[in-house]
Amino acid sequence: MNEAVLSVEGLGVRIAGRQVLDGIDFAIAPGQFTGLIGSNGAGKTTLFRAILGLQPATDGRILVDGRPRTRRTDSIGYVPQKFLLDPDLPLRGRDLVGLGLDARKLGFAVNRRRKRELVEEMLAAVGAEAFADTRVGRLSGGEQQRILIAHALISGPRLLLADEPLANLDLRSAQEVVALLARVCRERGVAVLISAHEINALLPVMDRIVYLAHGRAAGGTSEEVIRPDVLSRLYGHHVDVIDVHGRVLIVAGAGDDEDLHGCEETVEHALPGEVAP
Amino acid sequence: MAAGAGRLMFEGFMVNAWEVSGIVAVVAGVVGFFTVLRGSVFAAHAIPNGSFAGAAGAGLVGVSTIFGLGVAAFVGALGIGLLGRRGRHDAVTALMLVMMLATGALFVSLGNQYEPAVYALLFGEVLGVSDNQLWPTLVLGLVCVAAIAALYRPLMLSSALPEVGEARGIGAFRIELAFLGVLALATAMTVPVVGTLLIFSLMIGAPAAARSLTDRPGVAMALSVVLALVVVWSAIAASYETDWPVGFFVGTGSAAVFVAARLWQAGRERFARRRRPRGRQPEGLGSVA
Repeated sequence: MNEAVLSVEGLGVRIAGRQVLDGIDFAIAPGQFTGLIGSNGAGKTTLFRAILGLQPATDGRILVDGRPRTRRTDSIGYVPQKFLLDPDLPLRGRDLVGLGLDARKLGFAVNRRRKRELVEEMLAAVGAEAFADTRVGRLSGGEQQRILIAHALISGPRLLLADEPLANLDLRSAQEVVALLARVCRERGVAVLISAHEINALLPVMDRIVYLAHGRAAGGTSEEVIRPDVLSRLYGHHVDVIDVHGRVLIVAGAGDDEDLHGCEETVEHALPGEVAP
Repeated sequence: MAAGAGRLMFEGFMVNAWEVSGIVAVVAGVVGFFTVLRGSVFAAHAIPNGSFAGAAGAGLVGVSTIFGLGVAAFVGALGIGLLGRRGRHDAVTALMLVMMLATGALFVSLGNQYEPAVYALLFGEVLGVSDNQLWPTLVLGLVCVAAIAALYRPLMLSSALPEVGEARGIGAFRIELAFLGVLALATAMTVPVVGTLLIFSLMIGAPAAARSLTDRPGVAMALSVVLALVVVWSAIAASYETDWPVGFFVGTGSAAVFVAARLWQAGRERFARRRRPRGRQPEGLGSVA
């Protein structure tokens, strides 16, 4: 796996005496779309912070493009989970996209025409031309999401990390963002690692899945991972996987009782984060 | 009589007043722009006011006031930056301000010949700037503007999206310390001229107004400088004509500019909405789970 854009090898992270991540192993090949699935508190954000170099690893290592990662890298684009753009900030969408290109550089922009062209191209790629001149703090959540994706992609990274980009979007915006990420990244040959607690929006586009539970991970294609035996081992208790017309329900099981009535009850009483309708 | 006053207004000591206040306004407009964007307004209040302790202490031991002012400003900035490293700054900033004011009060009472100088530090001596104050002010002012120009983009990204900045190698803590350092430098150079209270209002009023007037960051910063110049120069002119203190006109002028900009923004938004009705989808329904 030398050509992998990202390889995570035996990663362990311990924060304040708590083992948040334990023995995480997976790799992402160039251009691959990988979903990082797990309920709230499973360690998704910690894993992202470790990949970004913001959270030191206790065990194992993380390689970006086959080399240990450095803080100052243009190989990884990042769309954070929670962001609050101040509506008083005098900054247009196109300004924020432009900052993705050269925010780290000191002094004045060197090639302004080239920069303007790249910004226009990126705005078109994410379909943000219509609101590129509005200040970012006044845009809707979905529009801000598009601007942030353009910001993350403009420097030409090989890997895009998107932390729960669908969390605060309505269903239609979420589908649009997923389709956009899949298309833009395929066109540009960028690998994507996207985290979500809901699996179904991502099922049509995911090449591979990394399923995170209790700080441990199972990786592979969705057929290999979304199985009762694999997920039960991960959760440490019995889990049912129910297929409803191509949509998947992962249900924290109450036992071996397989009859329909039992399933209904479990669905109703399962924790919200562990039910994926 | 008006013509006579108009001529005198641009002669003698008044020339220094126009020039120095112009430099101060440019620095206030540029540094204040990021002060307001980053929400560091309280630090911009605490650092100049706290630096008064340094000036008072300098008077006591007999070194230059500006030197004392500069040292205190940097100590204050460093304290706020280091102690406020985790999370919000406000409690640390407040304690730093109170501690430095208390120290300053002690120095004043130990020195006991200091009262006119204290008044000058609070309200400045725009109309009493000497020729040899001009050059240091200009050089320090250029350093401040150059520092902000160099840090412009990292500062902008880390002000807008600190987490994204961190992920790209722009450490939020380092950039905050660098910015507080520039704020301290701006304080040290401007306080002897316009005083702690006026630099505070000049750094906040004009930039806060400018961000309401345009969506473009570069234009907003330029407007911030222009508005600061308008406020400070019209304050000097008004003070010359009326004999009322400059500080009164700077303080009320800054507030007036801010209110006017907010009204203009509100009017513009109402007009835009009527012209282009835009149905916005309801947000925050959550993914249908």
